Amino acid sequence: MNNRFIKWTMFIATLLILVVAAALISLSTGEMDIALKDIPEILKSQKGLEYSILTAIRLPRIVLAFAIGGALSLTGAILQGIYRNPLVEPYTLGISGGAALGVAVVIVTGLHLSVGAIMLPFAGFAGSLITIFAVYFLSLKKGTININRMLLIGVMISFIASSGMMFLMSITSSENLHGIIFWMMGSLDEPNTILIRALFYSSISGLIIAYFFARPMNALRLGEEKARHLGINTNVTLRILFIVASLLTGFCVAVAGVIGFVGLVIPHIIRNIIGSDYRILLIGSFLGGSLFLIVSDIIARTIISPNELPIGVITGIIGGLVFIIVLARTGFKAKIS
Amino acid sequence: MQHYLEIEKLVCGYGENFNLKSISFSIGQGAFAGIIGPNGSGKTTLFKGIAGDLSLKSGAITLNKTNMDTIRLKEKAQKIAVVTQYTEITDMTVEEYVLMGRTPYRSHFQFFESNKDAEIAKKYMLLTNIYRFKDKPMTELSGGEQQLAAIARALAQEPELLLLDEPTSHLDITHQVQILNLIQQLNQDLNLTVLLIIHDLNMASEYCDFLIMMKDGDIHAIGNPSDVLNYQTIEDVYQTVVITRENPVSGKPVIFLVSKRVLDQQKGQNRKKDSL
Repeated sequence: MNNRFIKWTMFIATLLILVVAAALISLSTGEMDIALKDIPEILKSQKGLEYSILTAIRLPRIVLAFAIGGALSLTGAILQGIYRNPLVEPYTLGISGGAALGVAVVIVTGLHLSVGAIMLPFAGFAGSLITIFAVYFLSLKKGTININRMLLIGVMISFIASSGMMFLMSITSSENLHGIIFWMMGSLDEPNTILIRALFYSSISGLIIAYFFARPMNALRLGEEKARHLGINTNVTLRILFIVASLLTGFCVAVAGVIGFVGLVIPHIIRNIIGSDYRILLIGSFLGGSLFLIVSDIIARTIISPNELPIGVITGIIGGLVFIIVLARTGFKAKIS
Repeated sequence: MQHYLEIEKLVCGYGENFNLKSISFSIGQGAFAGIIGPNGSGKTTLFKGIAGDLSLKSGAITLNKTNMDTIRLKEKAQKIAVVTQYTEITDMTVEEYVLMGRTPYRSHFQFFESNKDAEIAKKYMLLTNIYRFKDKPMTELSGGEQQLAAIARALAQEPELLLLDEPTSHLDITHQVQILNLIQQLNQDLNLTVLLIIHDLNMASEYCDFLIMMKDGDIHAIGNPSDVLNYQTIEDVYQTVVITRENPVSGKPVIFLVSKRVLDQQKGQNRKKDSL
């Protein structure tokens, strides 16, 4: 017990250090390199081009990458746990499909031009909310949630939403088409600082709420029935976790588009390093996701500088490759319980 | 014997397809009771009703005068522990797994197990003889060892009633006897009331002091092994011809099966005798 506590603390400390290091590197790199040692002085002076680059462009991005990476990875860990399925990720349940459809509707109807750019995240969030409730209520059967039913309905709704979006894409102008595709590839370029702040606080709150369910989630590792035998109200646990996970995903997708693979790969890697105890896995996944997204963002911004790659492309390629390498090299198992 | 677990007009089941036919019985504190019956007779349905896996359509389950439907799941888990038939697919270590049994005693804000939890887990791991595997993952244990771990986990719940669903299925005879001896010892030493589903009629007869024989969702016979297990009831319920004798050591009934060929030969010989 004591041993494990030390191991866990060390693990979290290491991740925290890595996150801070990645954030610092991210601060200093970009179109205009700013040396690390100069940063404190620039921040103190509070003026100049370098100051505005740091505080208005790079810092918000880092905060956004931290929040979104953490939230997506956290929801991945939660969903893989409650569905006991290693392939579930935040987007499996049709949440991103719904959000994408919402955004596509706004772009096609031109609402983002007439009402304002805020319509895009708003429509994305509305789209994901509608999907969440559809999945939730369709999978209720006599007041109880059937996990497999929920998964199937989510996948089906995901298909319906992507078909709807393809329909919109096929009838719209090529300019709108470009807007939709670009949104789908994901981006951390978000000018609205209120949204960034809101997302930051939401993802931290999501982690705190989820953490209170670490013990029930551990019991769920034995299966729903056995968790109930241990006195866990599985119905309430599953509902709350599902809602927390969906809202977080919906919010992330609405702000940053579809950033794939974080929620699928990171929790698996963390599980293989430290084990599946949710008391460590939830925090570990959150920090791991943050780290992964901050690093991916650095690569996305620098690899074809001065142009920028869509972050979704980078996470997909790096995440997939790392996963395959780890899988091939070690006896990496797709553990879920 | 005072009534400890009381099942009153219990109806539960799967939609319209299969339901128990308003079952009532009671067992005393410290009893070692077995549910027997052929496949599809309602053993598991009854078990799931008592364990809380199936919601009751009507009737009541009372344990020590407390209606189990009125208390919270957490309190229920402090009174009733369940060991199911299937082994857990989890990479938890044995110790972590046994500690799961302390879940019903933990508050929402308690993230780590107390020293008391660790002591209790250790005590039952020692009792079930699995302490030496405590750092091994559950997946590396043999079937019998996993079953022992499941029992240790159930004991860590410190229950009043232990429910077991065929604890000895797919185990060899060594482990079958080892596990049933252990349950018998727990039953005596901890005054733990035990209710289990058991397929093997001879094991049921040897270990249980009370048997509930199910047929078509109803109780067919109930009482001591010697009252329940006779060739008549077994033939009624299992549609199988058997011979029962008394175990020369324990005095409990023993059931012998006779193959069809031997039965036919017997009949043939009897006919010959008759014709002679």
